[in-house]
Amino acid sequence: MQQQPNKLRPFFENLNFERDDNTMVINFGPQHPSAHGQLRLVLELDGEQVVKAYPDIGYLHRGIEKMAENMIYNEFLPTTDRMDYIASTSNNYAFALSVERLIGLEVPRRAQVIRTMLLELNRIISHLFFLATHALDVGAMSIFLYAFREREFAMDLMEDYCGARLTHSAVRIGGVPLDIPDGWLNQLSDFIQRLPEQIKLYEDLLTENRIWKMRLEDIGIVTPEQALEWGCTGVMLRGSGIAYDVRKEEPYELYDELDFDIPISDRCDSYGRYRLYMEEMKQSVKILRQLIDMYSKTDSQIMAHSPRYISAPKEEIMTQNYALMQHFVLVTQGMRPPKGTVYAPTESPKGELGFWIRSEGEPYAYRLKARAPSFFHTGILQDILPGTYIADVVTIIGSTNIVFGEVDR
Amino acid sequence: MAQHQVNYASSGGLPVALTTVDKLLNWGRSNSLWPLTYGLACCAIEMMASGASRFDFDRMGVIFRASPRQADVMILAGTLSKKHAEFARRLYDQMAEPKWVISMGSCANTGGMFNTYATVQGVDRIIPVDIYLPGCAPRPETLQYAMMMLQKKIRRESADMKKRKLQRFV
Repeated sequence: MQQQPNKLRPFFENLNFERDDNTMVINFGPQHPSAHGQLRLVLELDGEQVVKAYPDIGYLHRGIEKMAENMIYNEFLPTTDRMDYIASTSNNYAFALSVERLIGLEVPRRAQVIRTMLLELNRIISHLFFLATHALDVGAMSIFLYAFREREFAMDLMEDYCGARLTHSAVRIGGVPLDIPDGWLNQLSDFIQRLPEQIKLYEDLLTENRIWKMRLEDIGIVTPEQALEWGCTGVMLRGSGIAYDVRKEEPYELYDELDFDIPISDRCDSYGRYRLYMEEMKQSVKILRQLIDMYSKTDSQIMAHSPRYISAPKEEIMTQNYALMQHFVLVTQGMRPPKGTVYAPTESPKGELGFWIRSEGEPYAYRLKARAPSFFHTGILQDILPGTYIADVVTIIGSTNIVFGEVDR
Repeated sequence: MAQHQVNYASSGGLPVALTTVDKLLNWGRSNSLWPLTYGLACCAIEMMASGASRFDFDRMGVIFRASPRQADVMILAGTLSKKHAEFARRLYDQMAEPKWVISMGSCANTGGMFNTYATVQGVDRIIPVDIYLPGCAPRPETLQYAMMMLQKKIRRESADMKKRKLQRFV
């Protein structure tokens, strides 16, 4: 029977639920605990093998890009939190960096150090979350509890810095809003001292675990050609043996001064990617160690000085008339960046994240486009799922580490 | 955490058997609330965190279930888009009575910051909500407090389905 398309049940191309051959069509999601949000997959099965996979996205579409066209730049910044909500600061940063490139702003060194710290802390938070959910999907419940325990300590650090656990808005255009609170660096160094031991615990539990290896090895093969064709970035690309990391290729912030490695794996499977996530956490710890030393060598300025675009510090606003006027104009009307187009790539925990902004000299972006890595990693599902078994589908979805806030936007 | 302040032994004063059944059933229902894992957006991460190590939802008898058939509570955690609204309603209808709904976070309450063409401006346009939980995103403690509020509410309800419906919708 042909389904009658209507407003609520739109017609899906190439999709006929009543079939003559022996394949079966099943629906996966959008409410599935392993769908990492609201992924809907329509799978065509031959026995237990996937013949065809059709990812259906848009269940979390909130119109963020359209919102950007009606908001001043600073107003839009908290909205970016809700894109990749597992590592909010990386979104804030990517947006702030684009706007800063657009107006040609130099960020003070202390702000750079704090930003890089927050970015790496967010990378750890995101990777721990990946490990927790991936292990839970595969069936290792205890890893979920262990990884969340460590993640809470990292969240505590974020909370002590900016007051929020999940949606940080901790990076502003032109710098950071706050200096590091007292004792925060000690807590951070405690945390990064403890984390490698914990990572070793997870690795002891998983890396040589027979079940874990059976579930992950040679599952979700992404060949280097496929990865390039589908626009994969981040671990999905490095897991296929291509050494590409925006932090090394187009260094932003302090990454050109920092000493860290980009782990790559040529296994091309889920297991290789899992190993990469673990290695990246160790590299983040290494970066954070260097940043703690760098912090003490900076002076106290945390916001760029640029009266046309950035409000003066609070003391000046309260004491100087001109600073108050500037602040008033910037808050009520918003900054007016020069005409132009900008795209600034950053390496978010998921891959290359960048905001493309077209400015017409107005306080509102004429068009804003977010290049979110998860979107491309969702697309590749239709290429890598066929041929795998139905039980491996959740492993592969978990391994791509997609977040629907940034897929659908 | 969960303070059981209802004195079941001494306050069963009414000579009708139903009163006791009410309390017995509500005691059972309120202490084994199984929510549906219905993570929609950012709040889902906090919902997971409240089930994980530090916050530990299990001690309140809250165990997340993946199927609406096994769930008592629907925690709508996150932004409900118009594309998803149909599914939310269907999942709610699939849940067995008695059922309750917690709307978690600003997006689920009112649409929150996403006042756009794609977002449902409050899940109470789709399904009846028992507890509204403010915050963006609410902390895990907040969700646990909401669950305790819901437990309190359940203990006041009648176990009789017809009465319950009257209590809820009138």
